[in-house]
Amino acid sequence: MNDQAQLLPGTLDILILRAVSLGPLHGYGILLRIEQISGNALMIGQGALYPGLFRLVRQGLLKTNWGTSENNRKAKFYELTAAGHKRLREETANWNRLATAIGAALSAQPEEI
Amino acid sequence: MRLLDSLRFRIATLFQRSQMNAEMDDELRSHIQHRADDLERRGVSRAEAQRRARFEFGGYQNVKEDCQEAAGGTLVESMFQDVRYALRLLRKSPGFTAVAVLTLALGIGANALVFSLLNALVLRPLNVPNAENFYAIQRGSGAGWHSYPDYLDLRDHNRTFDDLAAYSITQVGLDAGQSPTPAWVYEVSGNYFDVLDIHPYAGYFFHAADEHGPDSAPYIVLTYAYWHTHFQDDRGVEGRVVQVNKHPFTILGVAPPDFHGTLLVFSPDFFVPIVNQGQLEGQNNLNARGQRWILAVMGHLKAGVTPAQATTDLKSLRSYLEQTYPKEDGKSDFFLTRPSLNGDFLGRPIRAFVAGLTMLAGLILLAACANLGSLFAARASDRSREIALRLALGSSRLRILRQLFTESVLIALMGGALGLFVSVVMLHRLGAWQPFPRFPMSVPVTADASVYVVALVLAIVSGFLFGAVPVRQVLRADPYEIVKAGSTGRVGRRVSARDLLLVTQIAICAVLVTSSMVAVRGLLRSLHSNFGFEPQNALLLNTDLNMGGYRDDRVPVMQKKMIQALETIPGVESVGLVDYPPLAMGGSTTLVFTDQTTDLRPMNAAAEAFVLSVSPEYLHAAGTKFLAGGAFGWHDDENAPRVAVVNREFASKVFGSATDAVGKYFKKRDGTRAQVVGIVEDGKYLNLTEATRPAIFLPILQSPSSATWLVIRSERDPQQVAAAVRGTMRNLDAGLPLYLQTWNKELTGVLFPSRMATVSLGILGFIGAMLSITGIFGMAAYSVSKRMKELGIRIALGAQRKQVLQAALGRALKLLAVGSAAGLILGILATKVLALIVYQASPDDPLVLGGVVLTMLLLGLVATWIPARRALSVDPLTLLREQ
Repeated sequence: MNDQAQLLPGTLDILILRAVSLGPLHGYGILLRIEQISGNALMIGQGALYPGLFRLVRQGLLKTNWGTSENNRKAKFYELTAAGHKRLREETANWNRLATAIGAALSAQPEEI
Repeated sequence: MRLLDSLRFRIATLFQRSQMNAEMDDELRSHIQHRADDLERRGVSRAEAQRRARFEFGGYQNVKEDCQEAAGGTLVESMFQDVRYALRLLRKSPGFTAVAVLTLALGIGANALVFSLLNALVLRPLNVPNAENFYAIQRGSGAGWHSYPDYLDLRDHNRTFDDLAAYSITQVGLDAGQSPTPAWVYEVSGNYFDVLDIHPYAGYFFHAADEHGPDSAPYIVLTYAYWHTHFQDDRGVEGRVVQVNKHPFTILGVAPPDFHGTLLVFSPDFFVPIVNQGQLEGQNNLNARGQRWILAVMGHLKAGVTPAQATTDLKSLRSYLEQTYPKEDGKSDFFLTRPSLNGDFLGRPIRAFVAGLTMLAGLILLAACANLGSLFAARASDRSREIALRLALGSSRLRILRQLFTESVLIALMGGALGLFVSVVMLHRLGAWQPFPRFPMSVPVTADASVYVVALVLAIVSGFLFGAVPVRQVLRADPYEIVKAGSTGRVGRRVSARDLLLVTQIAICAVLVTSSMVAVRGLLRSLHSNFGFEPQNALLLNTDLNMGGYRDDRVPVMQKKMIQALETIPGVESVGLVDYPPLAMGGSTTLVFTDQTTDLRPMNAAAEAFVLSVSPEYLHAAGTKFLAGGAFGWHDDENAPRVAVVNREFASKVFGSATDAVGKYFKKRDGTRAQVVGIVEDGKYLNLTEATRPAIFLPILQSPSSATWLVIRSERDPQQVAAAVRGTMRNLDAGLPLYLQTWNKELTGVLFPSRMATVSLGILGFIGAMLSITGIFGMAAYSVSKRMKELGIRIALGAQRKQVLQAALGRALKLLAVGSAAGLILGILATKVLALIVYQASPDDPLVLGGVVLTMLLLGLVATWIPARRALSVDPLTLLREQ
């Protein structure tokens, strides 16, 4: 478990958006999906996910539908709205720029300066 | 439109709450079930899977609250949450809650009570239409009374008032069929009701047109209250003829229920025209320009006239009067005052008293806030782990502060409600209280809306005030440090804000304790001080011969008959007659001149002397000691040369010598010479705090009065003597109204201000002491619990009990000493103010100093008792093992 990374503040939203962009999911499914797409490197507290979901719904980035899950249980499914798609694209671009910059900064060699 | 929409949305979400709530529960439970399904698939039993899923999910309620905030986000809703959370926390620590609520209830209750007094006596105008431009004209800076000719001049020559009314107060005997009962009346100018713009409740009022010279308007207008109690709301009362002092008067009508006359603390029984003064008081002063007996002249300013313009007009009027009547008119200016407390006469002491109370109540609330501030700070640091955890879990500091403020405001509101409730109950009693049995005086206080508003505002403000104390603590909290190390018992050596708070409130408490002790001592001393007469073993009998129909020559005959009859009662040593006894809340003064003065204008007067008309035996019966000469006799009647007994102050002021004055002459206002036959000790005449003033005692036969007070001196049981006195008086004339009281009881009235001040200071001091105790207790308990570890180590290293106590409580006790010393000094300074109200209030008194020190020590002992016990009972082994 030691190679699991702590979530940076603000990154939960982008992970949720990404997870849902692959198809409608219920809350528990989103959790599993994030673990899966991050290669089990990111772990999110079970309860900690929900305030984020409600926040995104309020911002109009996600829409919800009640349905039946693969376990045959009643569940609330989340999917991206158009605004959600747009936000995901922007955040992804942002993130990539940031990651490249920080990666470059950290891997800089003394002679390059 | 957008605003409306958003509002509708918010309201809608508020109503959809329960549905949303249920959906949220469904969703979160569904999550837990899914997780449990997963775990079960991995081979865990269903029950175990359920348990583990719930555990992994974390604090269900917290998650849900966070979700609600994220989803709803409306201010109202999160406030609901905060309130619910705060209530839950407060329920968990009932002790803390009770202490906090009670402390605040004390502070806010005291303020609500004092504000009601302020509101009733100072802020609220008289109950007349257009009260804001309704003014009284005060003469000079003293009592400010007027003579009837003064009034007529003011009324007819001013250019700034619509019209002016006048009134005075007197007591009459009203005979409505049975025997006469004494009643208090306003003698008012005919235009009184028209000037005030008051309209009858029943019947009609008299008007200016009804006045045609002395005794021309024998009419009565009843107050609603008197009509209710004495005429049983009888509508047929209109037109009924009753006897006032054995003169027929016609009842015209009834004043409205909410009109109680124009002196706030003194409601009359009925109103009679002032032109009938002769019938009402047995003599009329309607033409005596020098006799200033009218309580107030007042009216509405003309539309558009400012008070400043009116004052200027009065000034020119005043110089006109001075030129026209140089003999009678003094040098005193006219100015405008509010009529509700008769200008400065009652207004100044009452305003000073209420202002003092307001200040003290404010201090109490501050102390309560300071106290609660430290309690909250202590609580916040006890909760530092919880706060740190919430910060670490991503809660914003703002949210945590909002939560803390919700808690403090909630406590403030509960405390405010409790305090308000208690003060409303007390106000109710205060309003029904009649401090002086002889006068229809009352404190017209009721809790109106403004009192509730003030209490609410005070509660909220103080909630924020003490809630703000732990803010810095929260803002600076470093979650990682606290979670890692626990809150450490670092008690700073430097002076912290909390120390200052505590010192301040101890000082405030010490000020209150000092003032109340000074007041109590002053009151005790004034009960046993020398008034210039001996109230012990003396009865006072009051009757008004005028009420019984005695006039002119029959008055002195009857007075002498009464004295002689009462002297025959077994056990009665002496009986003396006086027109108005000293310290009975009234009396009159006159200007006197030296024998050499020929120009008898007020500015040339040698002294303003208190005048008493007395029988020859009075000074002996009153126990007033002669310093030189002796009393006059019954032979000093109207045909004999004028004589007088004067007091020492008079002698030294007018003759320059206290003892050689016997045999010398002085001149009275009307120019008659009077010879001094005796000199008596100085005394108190109008009130206890007055400076020594000159007084003269004139023979009742030379300055007759139908007002009759008899001093009956007897060593016997006052009850028995009183019964005998009543019997004797009944035999003389069963129709005379009687008032009988021991002289000591009668002095209650004059001691009223000191008593009031002492009682209020005592109550405030008690509250202050309670607050200090909780303050010191909170601080000491906090410091002990924070330093348990340190104390344990000290004990383990062999510290003695004394050293442990010093380590644990030294700081609190040092603060107590500093605060007490500061408060004592401030309190001694404050007694200068107190001395204006309480006679002989003086801090130069070892008993007061000792008492304050002892009280503060006791406070310290009580407050630190439990923390000290706790510090001493520290068991190093248990402590080191468990923490």
